[in-house]
Amino acid sequence: MAEKVTLVVFSGEMDKAMAAFNIAIGATSMGMEVSMFFTFWGLNIIKKNEGSIKSRGMMRKMLNFMNRGGSHRLPLSRFHMLGLGKWMMSKLMRDARFPSVDELIATAKEAGVKFIACTNTMGVMGLSKEAFIPEVDSFGGVAAYLAEAKDGRVNLFV
Amino acid sequence: MKADATLDCIGLYCPMPIYNTAKKLEELKPGQVLEVLADDEGIKEDMPAWCSTTGNELLGIEEEKGEYKAYVRKAKSK
Repeated sequence: MAEKVTLVVFSGEMDKAMAAFNIAIGATSMGMEVSMFFTFWGLNIIKKNEGSIKSRGMMRKMLNFMNRGGSHRLPLSRFHMLGLGKWMMSKLMRDARFPSVDELIATAKEAGVKFIACTNTMGVMGLSKEAFIPEVDSFGGVAAYLAEAKDGRVNLFV
Repeated sequence: MKADATLDCIGLYCPMPIYNTAKKLEELKPGQVLEVLADDEGIKEDMPAWCSTTGNELLGIEEEKGEYKAYVRKAKSK
């Protein structure tokens, strides 16, 4: 049986997302089975870029307006500088032919990486399944994560 | 070194060289040799690590003017 790798993707920043996808893609190349659990701010990475996020209640509406998410809206974890830092970093990466978050998502899916969205955070933030990209394989909680992580050879929290 | 196929990874960064190597090697028959061209220095560490994990044989890495040629022989069977 293939060795398992799990990643908890808690952060919602572009650079951290890239690190997570890099490890996931690398692991599949090494013949390993990879699951990525997106939780809390990490859910922003797998939100749809288009349309608005529908939720109920003023506080959730406000949260989902300010915390819109989507792969195109992820900030940098350092030197974001209202988007200027991100713009510069994205340009450097494009010039170096480094794949974008969207390309990394596509490559990860092609390599068979499983995407799991955390239903707990979805409940707190009032997010429905429709808020997420179709690449998400399943929606689960901590037991779904631990069931995989206990057999995992590499378990990371990003 | 003689190879049965060549994979161009010039300009690509980690993890794409090993990802592409894994994909390309699926097209080859066991015993055949793949030549991987790369200019990311990480390949000097990554390719030996990838080969020892996946059971494929690294025949060697040649370096010339910041470009690397890695030779991988596909394993007989898993």
